[in-house]
Amino acid sequence: MAKFRPLSRGVAVVGAGMSKFGAFPGKSTRDLFVEAFLEMRDSVDKGFNPAEVDALYIGNFSSDLFEGQGHTAPIMAEWVGLAPKPAVRVEDACASSGVALRQGILAIASGVADIVLVGGIEKMTDLPTAEVTDTLATASDMLYEIPAGFTFPGFYASMATSYMHKFGATPESFMKVGIKNHENGALNDKAQFGKTIRQVMDDKIAKSEARGLPIPVWENEIAFLQDARANPIIAWPMRLFDCSPISDGAAALLLVSEDLANKFSEDPLYILGTGQASDVALHERENLTGLRAAREAARQAYLMSGVTPADIQVAEVHDCFTIAEVIAIEDLGFFPEGEGYRAAETGVTGRTGEKPINTSGGLKSKGHPVGASGAGQVIEIWKQMRGLAGDRQVAGELEFGLTHNVGGTGGTCTVHIFGRR
Amino acid sequence: MTEQRFNKAGFDEKLASHKLMASRCEECGRMYLPPKPMCTNCYSDNLEWVEAGTNGTLEAFTIVYIASTAMIEAGYGRENPHCSGIVKLENGLSISAQILGVNTALPETIKIGAPVEAVFLERGEGEEKKTFLAFDVK
Ligand SMILES: [Zn+2]
Repeated sequence: MAKFRPLSRGVAVVGAGMSKFGAFPGKSTRDLFVEAFLEMRDSVDKGFNPAEVDALYIGNFSSDLFEGQGHTAPIMAEWVGLAPKPAVRVEDACASSGVALRQGILAIASGVADIVLVGGIEKMTDLPTAEVTDTLATASDMLYEIPAGFTFPGFYASMATSYMHKFGATPESFMKVGIKNHENGALNDKAQFGKTIRQVMDDKIAKSEARGLPIPVWENEIAFLQDARANPIIAWPMRLFDCSPISDGAAALLLVSEDLANKFSEDPLYILGTGQASDVALHERENLTGLRAAREAARQAYLMSGVTPADIQVAEVHDCFTIAEVIAIEDLGFFPEGEGYRAAETGVTGRTGEKPINTSGGLKSKGHPVGASGAGQVIEIWKQMRGLAGDRQVAGELEFGLTHNVGGTGGTCTVHIFGRR
Repeated sequence: MTEQRFNKAGFDEKLASHKLMASRCEECGRMYLPPKPMCTNCYSDNLEWVEAGTNGTLEAFTIVYIASTAMIEAGYGRENPHCSGIVKLENGLSISAQILGVNTALPETIKIGAPVEAVFLERGEGEEKKTFLAFDVK
């Protein structure tokens, strides 16, 4: 286990912005990053001068394969006017920008930098689905896992069958996570799917009616999600509405040292804890229903911050698949092992529940441009904790928030804890 | 002494002769499947090939409908979904593999903990011919 050392210099977030997540033909990662940067710039209470930024850390999984562009960090730096400042690309699959955030924090904590731009980018929709599937698969072990016929949804589906066997959950348990996250995403204008499952269902009925086709009858959302024609299986038990979409998007955060924070804002969001860990291939793990890397990253972040799972009032967790949210809320200590699958059903993790999870809509509904997802999570925490989340605002004074970002099947995990001090 | 390659090429060579082989540390006895060239437990590089065994149980599985390009080329996909899973062998080692002998249309009938036995699939022709590991539910 990693030794515990507190940051030798505090770090705060003073700006946060993102592009809309979705499918944007004709827009490249640099266009999306400029959009995120501009929104971030406008979010800094007292303004900032981009010339004062000391370095850029940008998360990007695979622009190489998705859009035929390698070496993306200097290009992003150039497009937002940062050259010749150092620009670093971080690749840890879907945790790329969670790790970029951590690298930005460490750069400031070390004293090498005072002001750091952290970003995340991904442009996935130019490729046909089969090639996206193959590209995402490169985040797993290409020598020993992929020849077994696995795909990314397949790995999480296997965790799901193991979870169902161990704890008695059903495919419907996971569907309820999707329903909840779509309800949240419907209130987020940046979300790729701004619709509840109920709205998706009603739209299908209306479409059939308009075309004079037989009108499908679904008793409720679960019946709709159980219908293989409406919700095809991707990798059983994971169906289309259990999987995060293929997305384009970018996110940008401005980090500054604690001593400078009030130059930018009277209400900075302080980084109270950061944790990161790695793990072996899925088949080499003792336990398939929890991520050791997530538990270890969480342990580090809780220890550094002195905050406990019970203190966290709002969290964005890595729900690349519905099963992943169930596992995440257990790994983070919000729910005991084997009980996380009941949370969406009982409403505990809903916006008005005791432990609101993925109020942004999560990766499931907001979208999952993989390299941008970790930084994107921080934007929701920023909005929630500053009371800027509009219709999806969690009630009350929010003191502590958390983000949980996973790469691959848990080969990488970062956890960050934020506070308003 | 011939060079022992405890890597993918060496593993595939053994698979081609229908043997599932692991590497074993001669110092501390830890076994590795897939084979590793260095013991990550005691850091010795003194390893040997050992048979991983062919019998085990199904630990986790999925039925893949949206398949990888390689599996589509092998004849799988939405119209012909396949099962992939993780198998725990009798000696405690685990490995990812395709799972045969199951009804992919009725995933509820596939039982975690079911006994399985290794089979070796040949795919491709001539130079392209390769052996893949799979397990048959008994
Ligand atoms: Zn050893």
